[in-house]
Amino acid sequence: MAFFPRSTEKQLDGCAVVGIMDTSAKRFNGDDITKAIAVMRDRSNGLGGGFAAYGIYPQHADLYAFHMIYLNTDKRYDVEEYLKKKFYIASSEKIPTRKTKQIVDSPILWRYFLAVENKPAGITEEDYIVETVMEINDKLEGVFVASSGKNMGVFKGVGYPEDLSVFYKLEEYEAYIWTSHGRFPTNTGGWWGGAHPFNILDWSVVHNGEISSYGINQRYLEAYGYKCTLMTDTEVVAYTMDLLMRKHQMPLEAACAVIAAPLWEQIDRMDEKEKDLYTKLRQTYASLLLNGPFSFIITNKDQMIGITDRIRLRPVIGARKGNRTFISTEEAAVRELEPDLDEIWIPRGGEPIVAQLKSARRRAI
Amino acid sequence: MISYIPEQFKVNFSDKCIKCLACVKQCSFGALSYDEEDNTIYSTDKNCVACHRCVTLCPTKAISITKNPLAYRHNNYWKPETVENIYKQAETGGILLTGSGNDQEWPSYFDRLLFDASQVTNPSIDPIREPMELRTYLGEKPSELKVTRKDGKLVISTKYKPQVKLETPIMFGAMSLGAVSLNLHRGLARASKEAGTLWNTGEGGLHEELYEFGDNTTVQVASGRYGVNHRYLNAGRVVEIKIGQGAKPGIGGHLPGEKINEDISRTRMIPKGTDALSPAPHHDIYSIEDLAQLVYALKEATHYKKLVSVKIAAVHNVAAIASGIARAGADIVTIDGFRGGTGATPTIIRNHIGIPIELAIAAVDDRLRREGIRNTVSLVASGGIRNSADVAKAIALGADAVYIGTAALLSVGCTLCQKCYTGKCAWGITTTNPELVKRLNPEIAYRRLYNLLRGWSIEIKEMIGAMGLNAIESLRGNRLKLRGVGLSDTELEILGVKPAGR
Repeated sequence: MAFFPRSTEKQLDGCAVVGIMDTSAKRFNGDDITKAIAVMRDRSNGLGGGFAAYGIYPQHADLYAFHMIYLNTDKRYDVEEYLKKKFYIASSEKIPTRKTKQIVDSPILWRYFLAVENKPAGITEEDYIVETVMEINDKLEGVFVASSGKNMGVFKGVGYPEDLSVFYKLEEYEAYIWTSHGRFPTNTGGWWGGAHPFNILDWSVVHNGEISSYGINQRYLEAYGYKCTLMTDTEVVAYTMDLLMRKHQMPLEAACAVIAAPLWEQIDRMDEKEKDLYTKLRQTYASLLLNGPFSFIITNKDQMIGITDRIRLRPVIGARKGNRTFISTEEAAVRELEPDLDEIWIPRGGEPIVAQLKSARRRAI
Repeated sequence: MISYIPEQFKVNFSDKCIKCLACVKQCSFGALSYDEEDNTIYSTDKNCVACHRCVTLCPTKAISITKNPLAYRHNNYWKPETVENIYKQAETGGILLTGSGNDQEWPSYFDRLLFDASQVTNPSIDPIREPMELRTYLGEKPSELKVTRKDGKLVISTKYKPQVKLETPIMFGAMSLGAVSLNLHRGLARASKEAGTLWNTGEGGLHEELYEFGDNTTVQVASGRYGVNHRYLNAGRVVEIKIGQGAKPGIGGHLPGEKINEDISRTRMIPKGTDALSPAPHHDIYSIEDLAQLVYALKEATHYKKLVSVKIAAVHNVAAIASGIARAGADIVTIDGFRGGTGATPTIIRNHIGIPIELAIAAVDDRLRREGIRNTVSLVASGGIRNSADVAKAIALGADAVYIGTAALLSVGCTLCQKCYTGKCAWGITTTNPELVKRLNPEIAYRRLYNLLRGWSIEIKEMIGAMGLNAIESLRGNRLKLRGVGLSDTELEILGVKPAGR
């Protein structure tokens, strides 16, 4: 039934999240992030984990890297035929993994490096990618795009994150942003497509919490062409940020005021100009207020942003040491890597922790 | 021939009666009389409407009203009401009138929907200790806001249409002066101001004395155009075009000449004592493009500072009609379900026309979203909202706010005797008889109406807090918070709700 999107079977999560970014773009391998997430093992239950890494494919930096999960092996040829029609496939290979005791029943994991071809006029390259991802996730049963950005990739699956790190050989990759997630799903069992991070283009999200406003967030996003198909509320976070910051070109501060809006009583106390601004943001994007307990780390190629809900129902801490910024559910994970930090703080609800690449063309934040 | 129409009620006096005669004085339906010689109060039971005025005011609690036990042979098909209606029409050849909303046994979808609550995986939020927001803005919202940074500050360049702020998503629905008393209007206006919401003048104009409450007023323009002038249109925050009404879709308002006194005459701008019969349609609106012209005529007349609402009855094709209204430039679409109340309507129309508001709101919200125009209008649900759970359910199905009418009247003494059309309301609500009107103290009416809004608002906060939300906009259109019980697959599909257990 068209009115019952599969996505209404949403999963609830309790989780651990951690992110590390080197703002000087110095790349480092997956060992640190693995060590950090392993500290919070008791916040996961082995039903899902994953990593996002930025800067890992310098040799293909201008190509869209599609990480695919084939639960249904028969579909690979269909997908490849489909991709051939829409893109030039510069490279296609199995994602290297190692056999381990902990990770069993892994699906076929494949990656493609794609250049956009045959794009119809009047649609941006990014929208063309989004459309393709939506179509694969929605229409092809048992096939999921784990990530679709340039020079980045998502490695995720069913298992504890530190075990998945071994499985995916993450020590062999070097990135300047790493984020990770350990999952504690509370209803249906874990599945590979439903693990975090969630990604669209170069946006990735790891999320701890439950979006109680999911029902309306999802309906609102549908009107802008986003189909929530991965059965988890974290998806709406990725799509929301994509809509606000890429499509609507909104500065980060404004986007944060949408998803974790200031309270009306705070807005009422602002000066006239600010009051007008925040009132209109809330009025316009009322349906994108993310309500319920959450903390998440959102990343794109230039930024790593951590934010918690406006009444701070889930923990998050920020820390800095030299060029490195850390965002984590627990302080212990950061202390494991850097016992001696320059700075560590707990942000207020709705107040973002932001790390920005120094060399990046300044994205307005 | 005589057709016997039995009394519906019996008035009984106990020996606690002290013959103070308060009851006789209070009965406006002529059911009670006093015989000095016998020192006895007699009741003419056929006139009793069970309004409970005498029962409530009797100082010794000596009166009770019971159903007349007169028995017919049981018949599941030909019910007493059906039979008696035929007798009545055979006597008079007229149509049967009634007041209030549909009282028949149609299913209520509100009663088949249940809310969710948070347990463990997300915390429920406690409105006593945490912020809980009900503020709602009516009006067109842009589909995208252009925000840029200028000299370190965020600046919005998108043009914004006027908005109306409601501190609670509950408004008072249209009840016209004449159909209801000035004292009720006084109470509604003051309660709205106090609660930060809107009341609605109905189609009978705005009394001179109430212009000061303009910031909390919706002024209505109906097919009779009673009381409509330039000053009136600019007096409120919203101008509502009344196309139809849930209690009597397809027909206009009827106010008998007996109710048109000096005050009503001046406010409605019609002669004293004349019947005020609104035409069934607006005779300048025979199509959607005609409606668009009126919408823009009203916007011109109000210098684009007021919101224009279009109110229609919930009918079969409501989704397509609402979409047309949104495209015709309205800022608010108001849908009135078949349970909506009225001061006067043919019984047959009230009981058999229209569809339930729950299905209508769900269908309209879906349609507007599918067409990508949901942001261009606010959606107001009305007709049969009985409590705060109905309000919250209507919002979860997709409404921005609701109107209440019958519930508001109940809060000031109405007992749903359904005799509003007689002008004899013993509680001073639906009457213009000065002796009766003064029974409704506007000060007390205001406080009770305000209390009702306050109580319901607190209950809504408790409910959304239990669902793990702390702002009403996260409930609006969030149908995942609802589950259906005992509904067919088709009904669930229309409501966009999953069955309980899933």
